[in-house]
Amino acid sequence: MTLAPERPAQSATTLNSRLRIDSDAPRPQRPATKSSGKPNPAAHLSPEQIEGIGRELDALRQEVMDSRGERDAAYIRRVIKTQRYLELGSRAVLLFSGVKVKGFRPAWWIGTAGLSVAKILENMEIGHNVMHGQWDWMRDPKIHSTAWEWDNASPASQWKHSHNEIHHTFTNVLGRDNDLGYGILRVDEDQPWSLFYLFQPIWHVGNAIIFEYSIAAYDLELGGYLAKKDRMSEEEKAKFRKDAAEVVAKIKRQATKDYVVHPALSVVSGPTAPLHTLTANLVANLVRNLWTNTVIICGHFPPGIATFEKTSIEGETRGEWYLRQMLGSGNISGSKAMHIMTGNLSHQIEHHLFPDMPSNRYAEIAPRIRDLMERHDLPYVTGSLAKQVGSVYWKVVQLSLPNKVEGGPRRRDVIKDAVVRSYTRKKKLKRIAAAKKAKAAAAQSATA
Amino acid sequence: MSTQTRPTASPWLARFRTGIAGVAESLATPLVPADYLDLVSPLRAGADLRGRIVAITPETPDAATVTIRPGRGWLGHRPGQYIRIGVDVDGVRNWRAYSLTHGPDQPAGTISITVKAIENGVVSNHLVRRTRPGTLVMLDQATGEFCLPERLPGKVLFVTAGSGITPVMGMLRHHLDDLEDVVLVHSAPTASDVVFGRRLRAYAASGRLTLHERATDEVGMLDLAELDSLVPDWREREAWTCGPTGLLDAAEAHWEAEGLADRHHVERFRPTVIEPGEGGTVTFAASGKVVEADGATPILDAGEDAGVLLPSGCRMGICFGCVSTLRQGAVRDLRNGEITVAEPGDDLPVQTCVNAAAGPCEIDR
Ligand SMILES: Cc1cc2nc3c(=O)[nH]c(=O)nc-3n(C[C@H](O)[C@H](O)[C@H](O)COP(=O)(O)OP(=O)(O)OC[C@H]3O[C@@H](n4cnc5c(N)ncnc54)[C@H](O)[C@@H]3O)c2cc1C
Ligand code: FES
Repeated sequence: MTLAPERPAQSATTLNSRLRIDSDAPRPQRPATKSSGKPNPAAHLSPEQIEGIGRELDALRQEVMDSRGERDAAYIRRVIKTQRYLELGSRAVLLFSGVKVKGFRPAWWIGTAGLSVAKILENMEIGHNVMHGQWDWMRDPKIHSTAWEWDNASPASQWKHSHNEIHHTFTNVLGRDNDLGYGILRVDEDQPWSLFYLFQPIWHVGNAIIFEYSIAAYDLELGGYLAKKDRMSEEEKAKFRKDAAEVVAKIKRQATKDYVVHPALSVVSGPTAPLHTLTANLVANLVRNLWTNTVIICGHFPPGIATFEKTSIEGETRGEWYLRQMLGSGNISGSKAMHIMTGNLSHQIEHHLFPDMPSNRYAEIAPRIRDLMERHDLPYVTGSLAKQVGSVYWKVVQLSLPNKVEGGPRRRDVIKDAVVRSYTRKKKLKRIAAAKKAKAAAAQSATA
Repeated sequence: MSTQTRPTASPWLARFRTGIAGVAESLATPLVPADYLDLVSPLRAGADLRGRIVAITPETPDAATVTIRPGRGWLGHRPGQYIRIGVDVDGVRNWRAYSLTHGPDQPAGTISITVKAIENGVVSNHLVRRTRPGTLVMLDQATGEFCLPERLPGKVLFVTAGSGITPVMGMLRHHLDDLEDVVLVHSAPTASDVVFGRRLRAYAASGRLTLHERATDEVGMLDLAELDSLVPDWREREAWTCGPTGLLDAAEAHWEAEGLADRHHVERFRPTVIEPGEGGTVTFAASGKVVEADGATPILDAGEDAGVLLPSGCRMGICFGCVSTLRQGAVRDLRNGEITVAEPGDDLPVQTCVNAAAGPCEIDR
């Protein structure tokens, strides 16, 4: 039961600065350039203007949240129902995936297409958004962020932590938001270059192909574990092992469904049918992986989207957080069907401002957000899917090389240097390891 | 899937069943088979208990009887008991309790509740004025102790007011002919506001019960001292009272004063009244910690300061990583002042990082 809102007198004891639009100490004016020397896209805004933006956005949020109702609830239930029937139907068709008509297998094609769409809908418009709490207000325990589990390798709990909590709070903050390139890509000139990135076009495509597993590894913080294992406490290690067991169990369940049980059932239509159903599931998962990756890289990596330094978010107010979300995200323009297939992440700017707003409302508020940004001379980054994806792929290629610095060393030399250094470093490490080993052996023989 | 154990013909069959259930589960993961079955058969045995509204019949200008066909899992009830029903109003699920009012003559497989619309009442107005037959609602099994005993008493007195007639109507419809001597004292603003008025008057006309109607708009509220003249033998009667809080409090005191509290049964429609305030005592149920929090401190911070381990994330209301269950009480959203009230049994999930206590409240952590 929710009663009429009545604004409380907020005292200064509120602990998180992002809960408030104003602040006790005056907020500093933004510097004209970032420490990398690049211009700061919000330098022209005074702290008062940012506070004003905060108030305007809070009011807009409240207006939409107050108007949530039956039509929204009907929308998400309809999407869920459609998705479930589509998945059921596609899987039923795939029981006959092996049946050949005039040299090709119609059931395989229809079933695979249907299953791909079903999986995309489930992950994007349903799973992602339900787990964001966009539908918690309905108080339906089955469509709730605390209860939803999605058709993806990463367990909901771990995904919610890394995505909702880290990425959405620290969006595009270098060193805080690991989504910025997922730790394997250099997508911003302010990210330091290393030799590893020279091959990033390959990493990028590989990552897209196995996207659901790399997301799972990423949510599990597998990379961090491998790098820091020796310095971790027993407690941290135990937590990692528990999380890892959870991921493995989830992957097992997912794989059993897609690659064992459903294929096995299609034996009803012939002894080779299971093989065809297996490939259908593989392809559907691959299509889903490529599509989700394609959509997601358009959210924060296209040119014109800003990144931020760690120091710039100290004491950040709600208005400043809003500002960062607007500057740190980009949209995709397109048809209504395209928006639904992207889980409305094509309205990335609106989603990042209000991650818990029902996704069907983003299109409605988009013109008002665009207007607000244009009034304040802020770039509203948007473009067609082809344009945005193309620009990201081009960026991945470009930024695989070190930055071009006027009057600095030639890029060819920087790379050569890096190769040499990496080689000598490896050799040095080997030498140290060998020395250590010899010392240990000597100590052992001395005690013997 | 159903976990009910049915007597099985052989252990082999039992194992076969578990095997099938296991396969169904691995086909449906990460959902459960029930999620798909619910699409086609929401009222089947083994499903979460739901019901489909089959009719809505007006009783008075602001009360209506809602007839529901419960799912196959419905276990039946004792007259006088109530059910909790979950109704979606403006897309939001609200749970409320309503006494069962149907009699044995009701079409098989259906049950009824009778709802009186109260001013600004979210669910009661929705059910009385806007709900259409065909709507699916969530249900809980019947519960409550406001019932006639197994061995029926010889002399019975019912004292009711307003919608408080509902549980009594359920009892009368089932047991009136088994009871020897029944007196009903019922208050309502006017004669036309009496829910089930026609039926009650017909009972009285045929001599099956003694009815004292009281139109409070004309003659004022019932003073229980009047019972001595209205029902001189009231002290010899087993009594059931249901109505607004004022009447119930007075009745309890009245029977108590005569040393007859054990012959008196009460049903409260508003067992707790939660008045939202500013700040309050926060009880963390699982950790057993109790904290005084002011109206500006998020429950998350208040709990952490007291050493309660609470889940958290962004601490600004966007990640839902801090959602905990509000067992009862009131909290206020610090972003917009919105108040959420949970009555016992409501168990509402709330974000502790942006909600502060608005009166005493209990969190499940
Ligand atoms: C065991 C039990 C059995 C019940 N049986 C019936 C029944 O058979 N028929 C029936 O009509 N109701 C019955 N009720 C009451 C019912 O559950 C709801 O409380 C009532 O319908 C009001 O809900 P609402 O959503 O319309 O009002 P809300 O939106 O919850 O409340 C609106 C306003 O009315 C106040 N309020 C809430 N409940 C009541 C109340 N009962 N009386 C007066 N003011 C109230 C609130 O404080 C608020 O200010 C029963 C309650 C219980 C606990
Ligand atoms: S901690 Fe993120 S919503 Fe509360």
